[in-house]
Parts: sequence; structure tokens; C-alpha cells
Amino acid sequence: MKDIQSIQEDFVQDFSLLEDWTQRYEYIIDLGKTLPKIDDLYKTDEYRIKGCQSQVWLHHRYENNILYFSADSDAIITKGLIALVIAVFNEQSPEAIAKAEVNFIAKIGLGEHLSPTRANGLNSMIQKIKHIAANHLA
Amino acid sequence: MLKSDVMPSFEIEKIRKDFPILARQVHGKNLVYFDNAASAQKPKIVLDTLQNFYSQDYANVHRGVHYLSQISTDAFEKTRDALQVFIGAKHREEIIFTAGSTASINLVAQCFGEAFIGEGDEILVSGLEHHANLVPWQICAQKRKAVLRIMPMLATGELDMEKLPLLLTEKTKILAITATSNALGTITDLVNIIPLAHQVGAKVLVDGAQSIAHTKTDVQALDADFWVCSSHKLFGPTGVGVLYGKKDLLEAMPVYQSGGDMIKTVRYESSTYNELPHKFEAGTPNIADVIALGSALDYINNLDWHGAMAHEKTLHENLEKGLLGIQGLRIIGTAKHKAPLSSFVVEGVHNYDLGVLLDKMGIAIRTGHHCAEPIMDFFGVAGTARASLAFYNTQAEVDYFLESLKKAINMLR
Ligand SMILES: Cc1ncc(COP(=O)(O)O)c(C=O)c1O
Repeated sequence: MKDIQSIQEDFVQDFSLLEDWTQRYEYIIDLGKTLPKIDDLYKTDEYRIKGCQSQVWLHHRYENNILYFSADSDAIITKGLIALVIAVFNEQSPEAIAKAEVNFIAKIGLGEHLSPTRANGLNSMIQKIKHIAANHLA
Repeated sequence: MLKSDVMPSFEIEKIRKDFPILARQVHGKNLVYFDNAASAQKPKIVLDTLQNFYSQDYANVHRGVHYLSQISTDAFEKTRDALQVFIGAKHREEIIFTAGSTASINLVAQCFGEAFIGEGDEILVSGLEHHANLVPWQICAQKRKAVLRIMPMLATGELDMEKLPLLLTEKTKILAITATSNALGTITDLVNIIPLAHQVGAKVLVDGAQSIAHTKTDVQALDADFWVCSSHKLFGPTGVGVLYGKKDLLEAMPVYQSGGDMIKTVRYESSTYNELPHKFEAGTPNIADVIALGSALDYINNLDWHGAMAHEKTLHENLEKGLLGIQGLRIIGTAKHKAPLSSFVVEGVHNYDLGVLLDKMGIAIRTGHHCAEPIMDFFGVAGTARASLAFYNTQAEVDYFLESLKKAINMLR
């Protein structure tokens, strides 16, 4: 598995090839469509991250010092953004996640989605992932 | 010669210049502001009044003998007079300044509740209400051990008039009902509803938050007992609301908040309270914004109102025609009489995604539950996208919106 920083750099590289907002959003929407569906079992309040307008569910599994994440949303753009975040953090160790700095979202021109006042739950999801990692630190 | 013959026709391009913000760009595109039901933009005259007031005439009101305090007080009270005329109140002291519609409704729910609602009494709330005209009544019902009843609506988003007589009983103390639904656009049939409520002795609170920018209000003709609105939806500043109440009712109600301005005499043992309207206006009010609301009223009074209303009605008809032509799109709220707003859902597309993509195209609409979750539940949707118009919008904007919406839907499907 690549480390978190190089995965982020790959995304920054990918997005630099996209010319305008339409292409960037088309790319995100495509990512959203390909995000593996979360098991319906986990689409409950227990796994839900309150995000006001679009709902986000996050499930994780911990095995051999590795965290596995899956997530879903009812909104496709949120789903695409989630797919990016999952790709960055999935199959990493709690240590790596806890100390990682998430800096790629602003760099790919989607920083507006990160604001805590933005009603998409993306920011809360990143906080949640960090929190899960912190709980699994040795 | 008829007055209408000499009135200038509605000149949209000229009107738009009165609203500085309409000239700005968003994400490199000309702003298309279709979120007027959430809050309306302000004409320059309102902004100038704020600037001039703070730079020339500012002082506290009702307290000073000095020159500036007099000027402030006069200007402040002038807005009250203007509002009295604007909504057709009988007495100027029936106009109470609050912080907004929400604050006005809370005042009534608490003070009318305390004076007039007791155990086993009933509160009837229409099924079309914004949370602001529902939750205060829920709390009131809990506190007073009263029963909250809801007047249901039909699939069109119109209230079910057949159910009304069954819901109104001699126990009904108040009916809380909107003039226009913010979520669906439905204009309620107040002319027929209010007399029915009065027949059983119930009072009626009308939420005019959404109607005020689109219809002439006459609280006496309606015979509303209470009526509320927010300045910010009427092209005025935020932070100001209006509560109209019939004088005898307001007089019979206990005070709300207490402090300065609302007292007559204060002794350590007890105090006596000021008369209307000051009885309900404790503390330093929102002076500048009240005065600027006066300028918003001036602006509207000088507008070719009929022209403006005809213009927004045509735009709305064209908007709905366009929306109906989009495959998989369903308009939520199909009442016969609607304010110029359209709530809709698109099959297989989340309203949040539509909002995000339209924003990228410079278009401001509202998405979500519009503070009316029970209404969303009724229609079985989690939320809608809502485009809401004002008289300063244009046909070109409607066309661009429809085209952009189709583009967004194509991207999302
Ligand atoms: C119908 C209706 N009632 C009440 C309110 C509350 O108004 P405010 O937030 O200005 O207090 C709104 C605002 O959206 C509304 O649309």
C-alpha cells in the first residue's frame, strides 16, 4: 500500500489535468458512482455522520493493525468526495492515519467542501476517521 | 385619466440597478439569485440609510432630550407609522418590533399562551408551517398541558378545507397558519379560514413571512388577530421583525422580556409596565435596521407594484412550464394559487448535488427540507430543490436556470 502522502499527491496530479470545474465535478461524480456500496446493515444511525443535507455513513474494520473503511452517501457528489477520502485512508495503520495531514482537498480546488459549516459531512467524516485511528493507537 | 395610465410600466433593467448585489459574479458567472424566499436582496436606498444613519444621526431612542436622540426616535417611530399603513393596522401601537418572524411567533406563543391557553385547550396549527410556526406551539402545548392539532393538507399542497370544521371546536384557542408556504409556495385561503376559526372563538395568528414580498397585506380586512413578518424577506435588513396584534389582545397579554423601555415605574417591591407598543419592546431596539426597513417600505411604495407582481408571475409561469418539460422532474406543491417559487425533486438525483452544481454556474437556490420536515415527510421526500423569485429577476435568468438545471441533471445521471 502506498503511503498517505503519496496517495494525496497522486490525486493532486490527477486533478491538475482537469481543466475546469465541469471536468473536476464529472470526475468526482464518476468516483461517486464507482464507490463500492456500503452494506445496508450499516446504513443506520449508529454509522451515520450527521451532515444536514446529504447523509453519510461510515463503517470501519480493524485487523492486524490495519484500518479498513467503507462509506456511502445519498448524494453523489458527497459520495465522490468520500471516495477520495477513503482512497487516502483505507488500509493504513492507525499510526499513519493519526499523524497524517489531509491537505489534498484544498489543493485540488475542492476546499470549499471542507468547511465545517458546509452541509455535506465531509469534514466530520475526516474528523471521525482520525478519531477512530486515535482509538486504535497501540 | 386613470392613474394606471400615467404610471410608468415596470422597467426591469432600471429596477435591477437599484440592487447593487445583482451585478456581482459568483464563480466567474453572473449571479442568478433564486433564493429570495430565504432572504431578499436590498435596494441601495436601504444601504444608504444605514450608512447615513450611523454616520450622521445615530443615538439611542426614547431616552434622550438631546438632538440626535430626537432624530433617531422620530425616524424609528416613522417606520412604525409606515408599517401601520403598509399592513393596514388600525392603531400604530399594534405594531411591535421584534428580531424576526420567529421572535414574533415565540412572543405570541408564550404571552398569549400564558393569558389564554389552559389545560385541555386546543391549539390548531396548519400542516403547511415553517418550523418557526410549529415548534413554539408544541412547546406552548406542553407547558400549558394543551392539545396540539394539525390541519392536514392534500396532495396538491393545499390545506384540506373539509377537515377544518372538524378540527375547530370551542376548545380551540388559536389557529396558527401561514399566508404562504415557504416549502411549497401554496397561498392559503385565509379569507375563508379565518372566519371559521372566529366562529368557534379561536384567535388566528397569520405567518406573513413569505407573503409580504408578494401580496398586499391588509390585516384588518383579513381580520387577523396576530400577524408576523421579517424585514429581511421584504428587501429590508436582517434582525428586524414585525408583530401585529389587535390592541385588546396585546393589552391582555403579560409582558414578554423585561428591562429598560418596557417599564413605567420601577420600585424594588414591584414595577409597572409601559403601554403598547413599548410594553413588548424591552431594551435598546435594533434602531438602524428598523429605520432602514422604513426605506425598504419607501422603495416598495414607490414601485410599480402591479407591474412588479405581474412580472414575477409571468416569470414563475415560465419557470414552471420549463420545469415540467424536464424528464423525471416532479414539482412538489401544485396548489392553484402559488407564490413565485417552485420546489422540485428529480428522479435519481439528490437535491444537494443539484445545489452544488448550480452554485458552480452562479445560481443560488435552496436545497434541503426548508425548515419544514413534516411537509417533506408528507410528500415522501428527504428534501427538495427550491427556486424562488423576486420582481428583480429576469426571463433571461429563468432561461439560464432551466438550461443549467438540465446540464446539472445530465452530469448527475
Ligand atoms: C413561512 C416562514 N415563517 C417563518 C420564517 C422564519 O423567519 P425568520 O427566520 O426571519 O424569523 C420563515 C423563514 O424562512 C418562513 O419562510
